[in-house]
Amino acid sequence: MLKYILKRIVMMVPVIIGISFLIFAIMNLTPGDPARLMLGESASNEDVEALREEMGLNDNFFVRYFNYLKGAVQGDFGVSYRSKVPVFNELFSRFPSTLKLAFGATVIMVVIGIPVGVISAVKQYSIIDNISLFSAFLLTSMPAFWLGLMLILIFALHLGWFPATGVDGFINFVLPCITLAAAMLASLIRMTRSSMLEVIRQDYIRTAKAKGAGERRLIMKHSLRNALLPVITIIGMNFASMLGGTMIIESVFAMPGLGTMTITAVRMKDTPLVIASVVFVAIAISLMNLLVDILYTYIDPRLRTQYSKR
Amino acid sequence: MTDNTVLNNSKAVRKSKVKKRSQLKSIWFRYKKNKLAMLGLVLLIILTLVSICAPLLANYNEDAIRQDMKNRLQFPNKDHIFGTDQYGRDLFARIIFGARVSLSISLITIAVSLSIGIIIGSVAGFYGGKIDDVLMRIMDVFLAIPQMLMAISIVAALGPGTGNLIAAMSISNVPRFARIVRSSILTIKDQEFVEAAKACGTRDGRIIAKHIVPNAIGPIIVQATLNIAETIISISGLSFLGLGIKAPTPEWGSMLSEGKEQMRYYPYLVIIPGMAIVFAVMALNLMGDGLRDALDPRLKN
Repeated sequence: MLKYILKRIVMMVPVIIGISFLIFAIMNLTPGDPARLMLGESASNEDVEALREEMGLNDNFFVRYFNYLKGAVQGDFGVSYRSKVPVFNELFSRFPSTLKLAFGATVIMVVIGIPVGVISAVKQYSIIDNISLFSAFLLTSMPAFWLGLMLILIFALHLGWFPATGVDGFINFVLPCITLAAAMLASLIRMTRSSMLEVIRQDYIRTAKAKGAGERRLIMKHSLRNALLPVITIIGMNFASMLGGTMIIESVFAMPGLGTMTITAVRMKDTPLVIASVVFVAIAISLMNLLVDILYTYIDPRLRTQYSKR
Repeated sequence: MTDNTVLNNSKAVRKSKVKKRSQLKSIWFRYKKNKLAMLGLVLLIILTLVSICAPLLANYNEDAIRQDMKNRLQFPNKDHIFGTDQYGRDLFARIIFGARVSLSISLITIAVSLSIGIIIGSVAGFYGGKIDDVLMRIMDVFLAIPQMLMAISIVAALGPGTGNLIAAMSISNVPRFARIVRSSILTIKDQEFVEAAKACGTRDGRIIAKHIVPNAIGPIIVQATLNIAETIISISGLSFLGLGIKAPTPEWGSMLSEGKEQMRYYPYLVIIPGMAIVFAVMALNLMGDGLRDALDPRLKN
């Protein structure tokens, strides 16, 4: 098992190097000069040129990438061009808001998604099932930023129950979390439903029913537990993709999180900061996927023997 | 004798034709039974007709672009059924021309990324080995970056504009198509008819184009339909952030971001463009889902 985990982590290394190269290339080979953006339009050409020299922007592209990589291997990921702070300090000052947002949204998603999915499966083709499937369609078809605006319009501007912006307290996170959860909810409902439907048709469920197990016990203990495996994948994947997919929601709710930071950094051609944040998100996503795989082995003992054989 | 062979041949030809039609027919038969999927199809037809007929319904320069401060911020009324925006432009005209923008850009995006994805995926799947490894590792790098993050990075780096938007969206879509194409090809390439074609000495390119891709097209079409829906959301999202289509071109996302400022007192400015997006995306999602069930009924629950 440990060997498997280590292998997965080692396999991430080339992908991460690839990502850093890709982002480095995108940032450097496209028009726009970071030195000019930092000094503003009114700065003289000499000043811009001096700053470029100082930042090492005049070297060959590959030399610069190699220097960056050399620093990164030694633990120096560079400083943000704008704030002059080491990129990971900047990153970690922004990360908590995004993490809270993703976490809150996941909780909402699970609390609503699994029960609704189970009920739709148990009462397949009933009115509840049809309504929940249709709302799932509606939710996937709704752009998150529009739902966010609608929630602000109703609950912040008209009813005044929740603030529309900020990250100061729990209450600030309510609307953004709902918005983020809504987009992911549909996939969870549908996955829970289809997974439950598959399990309900198994022989052991019929056996349990035949020996007189109550419906509650049948659903909660016999079916749900066995249907949970694919559901957990979806939850894990959704949580991971939330970490990298909050840009638009953060900007709707004016939250200073990872997403808004990344957008500003891309616009200002702040290469070290952009690489750091994209690589960070990518690592978070693959660690999350690994965690889901490990979790599997605890839920399904059959898989455990499979891994230990490897 | 010869007459008989001809007769047999023509019978065989007719038979194969019938067979082919019945395949399409049975897909259509299964699709038709799905009410939600039919709703999707109808919505999409309406949307397509509206965007094709847009110039008949409104005048682009007069209604959708020209600012008319005298008539700004009018609530929906009988002259302007969706009202007017803060520059006095007719919202209805902007919505229907916006449909053109969204649909055409997302179609181009999907066409571009699908063609590149098919080439990469089929080469990787067909040849396997080293080429497959290298291509798929590159795709893994792209896939490891969340799609929206990728699109934002590219379009913010290139600057806003229609061409750049298409480029960014296409690049971020390619890896997914390449993956799907590759995996469907892997399931097909060892089947007898491919072997037979190989034995006949058919060139690889022709085998891929004529024998493999047509047989793998089902899941690809489904994915493409669902991707058009996602692309419409992404385009409007990027425009909402000011990274997409440049003003004053009517685009649903940028209309939302303009209307946002006035939303407290003029909520229709954000409600209507949003509904337009939901309408279009839902049509495509319903259709994609129906197509998936119709093409492969085994998958349905």
